[in-house]
Amino acid sequence: MDTVTRRRFLELSGVMSTGAFAAACSSSHGHPAAAPALTPGGPTTSGAQLGAAAQHSPLTPGQGVVVLVTLYGGNDGLNTVIPYADPAYHDSRPDLAYTAADVLDLGDGLGFNPAMTGLHELWQRKLCAVVRGVGYPQPNHSHFVSMDIWQTATPGEPTGSGWLGRWLDAQPDDQIRALKAISVGGTLPPLLGGTKTAGSSLPIGQFRLPRPGPLDNGFMALGQPSAQDSTLAAYASRDVADLFTVAKTFSPALASASTTAGKASGKTAGKGAGTAKTAAGGAAKAAKTSALAQQLDIVAECINASVPTRVYSVSLGGFDTHSAEKGTQSQLWGEVDKAVVDFQNAIAAGPHGKNVVTVLYTEFGRRVKANANEGTDHGTAGPVLVVGEPVNGGFYGEQPSLTDLDDGDLKFNTDFRSVYATLLDKVLGADPAQVLGQDQPRLAFL
Amino acid sequence: MDQNRSAVAHLLRRAGFGASGAEIDAAAKAGYEATVTALLAPTGADPGAAATPLPGFPAMKVPKKGSAQSDYQMVGWWLARMAAVTQPLVEKRTFFFHGHFATSIQKVASPGYMVQQNQTMRTLGGGDFAALAHAIVRDPAMMLWLDSAGNTLKAPNENLARELMELFTLGVGNYTEDDVRAGARALTGWRLDGNGKATLVPKLHDDTPKTILGRTADFDDTSFVDWILQQPASPKFVTGRFWDRFGMPGPIPADVSGRLLAAYGPNRDVTELLRALFLDPVFQGPQARYALVKQPTEYVVGVLRALKIKVDASADSKDNQALRTALNGLGQLPFYPPNVGGWPEGTAWLTTAASQTRFAFAQWAVAKGDLSQVQNSSPSQRIDAVAHLLGVDAFTDRSTAALNEVVAEPAQLVTLALLAPEYLVN
Repeated sequence: MDTVTRRRFLELSGVMSTGAFAAACSSSHGHPAAAPALTPGGPTTSGAQLGAAAQHSPLTPGQGVVVLVTLYGGNDGLNTVIPYADPAYHDSRPDLAYTAADVLDLGDGLGFNPAMTGLHELWQRKLCAVVRGVGYPQPNHSHFVSMDIWQTATPGEPTGSGWLGRWLDAQPDDQIRALKAISVGGTLPPLLGGTKTAGSSLPIGQFRLPRPGPLDNGFMALGQPSAQDSTLAAYASRDVADLFTVAKTFSPALASASTTAGKASGKTAGKGAGTAKTAAGGAAKAAKTSALAQQLDIVAECINASVPTRVYSVSLGGFDTHSAEKGTQSQLWGEVDKAVVDFQNAIAAGPHGKNVVTVLYTEFGRRVKANANEGTDHGTAGPVLVVGEPVNGGFYGEQPSLTDLDDGDLKFNTDFRSVYATLLDKVLGADPAQVLGQDQPRLAFL
Repeated sequence: MDQNRSAVAHLLRRAGFGASGAEIDAAAKAGYEATVTALLAPTGADPGAAATPLPGFPAMKVPKKGSAQSDYQMVGWWLARMAAVTQPLVEKRTFFFHGHFATSIQKVASPGYMVQQNQTMRTLGGGDFAALAHAIVRDPAMMLWLDSAGNTLKAPNENLARELMELFTLGVGNYTEDDVRAGARALTGWRLDGNGKATLVPKLHDDTPKTILGRTADFDDTSFVDWILQQPASPKFVTGRFWDRFGMPGPIPADVSGRLLAAYGPNRDVTELLRALFLDPVFQGPQARYALVKQPTEYVVGVLRALKIKVDASADSKDNQALRTALNGLGQLPFYPPNVGGWPEGTAWLTTAASQTRFAFAQWAVAKGDLSQVQNSSPSQRIDAVAHLLGVDAFTDRSTAALNEVVAEPAQLVTLALLAPEYLVN
């Protein structure tokens, strides 16, 4: 079965939409449309070879893994890492503020949201770093533009490629490249789309492909390239080929994630969005199982199974707390806290626990002053949390002032690309300048 | 290949949810322009719509606890409606507006409000865009979704003001942060009463002058929306959004933009805009052909229609569950857009995870669907029969070879045809 590699294919086809966030503002944002210029040739590989390569090139001891947790909606940094000792904090948002007695103390007059008990424990064990005041110049208050900036790492000029997609572009063009960056869930986030290649995605739940036979043969044959395909049909065909590759590599890990999750949290977790038995009741139960926990269960199993993936992307939405913020945000952080800590425990027992770094970020923080609905509007800088065995726990960067504001918003002092440069350099062993366009100072959290 | 026939097939995919070979033949016979007219100004009532009446959920804020079942029914109902209608553009346009003014039940929590908004988009979607924009600003689901319910002059909430300009009417870059803050003040004072009616509480409304987009006045919600829609950026933004989703992704070509703007005109006529779009030479030309990926909802509804699957959308129906599972896995559950920006497009839908879900859904659909056209054909004619059933112009040699593997088994043949790359693009 001769198929071009995903990289080669994307090169030929003019590549990648930029996905959800760019799409939301595509008319004004001017992202490039696919402009195909088909040329024949290129390195080829086969699905069987690829599966074998994954088994023969497992993640080696010492190879770092990045797990990116994207918190969509703009998490309120001031109620996450709380400046409880600053009177200006209480004056700006009297109905939303947490007191010294509420917070989980971190020192420096700062404390975690009360929901972050597990992360607080990791902090005390020096396994959690808090990078304060992270942002970029001329902050944009649009969810979609700001998330695009974070995911593409290009604050000035929008580009069509994600920062980890560009890292993927720079990886050797071998059989396992399609497996090196993985997102969990239905659609691919823009951060994993490169200029020449893109990450793959795993379903929540198991791969279920036909048994060997004519249907299986036929389905696999739809993954063969055809010169008669339109650009997008060729992409769809390539996706079928990738399905077989990815399913082959990840099925054992997914089966295992399904069982563990089932044991850990009742019947619904491992089944994901799929097979709940009764409509309403099943839905209600599934909703109670954190979506993030389901995703991270899968990631933990993949890491423990030594699949050669270096980058995982998971996400949770709902942080756009314009109203009734306090309850919503602490509930979300309760979910995040449990999911991340369970994940950390699951990998600690495995062969790669010492090499995994988990990063939590959002597109912007929120306005210092509360609004009339006991919520907050879109703001600017916020904290980035970094968790894992390799992490040097503690504070990095300065806490932004609550009185020296930029039109009601915090002034950033650490460029988010410094966080990325540190991860690229210290975890992925990559050259940050190549991925980010220019080098950025490293932070000492790794 | 018959160019006229394939152009009409393209039109029926874009203006509806695809069509069978027989429907394409009939439309080709009537002619391209006549088909555009029939889509835009259908005559008579739609029996499919009559057969799938709006679910009668109370239009009020209900506690989250008891709403799970009506939520399932609601999603099933819309899919059943989209599958049943004989005038598909109405639903296609409503689906467009659902993504444009994207509102999720996740936060709104009330199926009654969501269905009410859905119906507003349906009834106002073909007229003056301004009428729809005004209605949306006072729409209960939107007021809860973007927090304008409870927005008061003491500490204005910017959520609706920002997205109204950024995502609904002007686009990023066509307003400033000061405009957002002033716009939020114009939208202060609104409450939802117990019957889901938007009411203005004058003492909570900021009636002092505000400067928005260069003009200082005592703006309220109505004059704010009117003023935004008068900005030159607005028609460009709105027509560009339509082109992006009905025509081709990416920036709109200047000549096309000129034609669409002229049709949209000072009355912001959505039907005339769509007419110009479907008649545009670029739309009919080779660049636009297969330039979109079918959105999951379009794909699922297209399959339901092709295989004549009648969706049971009653409470506790297994169809509701199966369709929800499929659309969740594909990443597009109606009434659950991921955020106010709506859904992604293009290759975002073509992931390995979605490919897996599509396979499971195709098996479900084939088990329920009417395959008689394929079953009644001799094996040597079955690949043509399935192309005709699904309205596929032609399978590539690759897909023909793949389909040949299962030509002896009509169910497997249709399953594979539903997964063929040619069938996934629009």
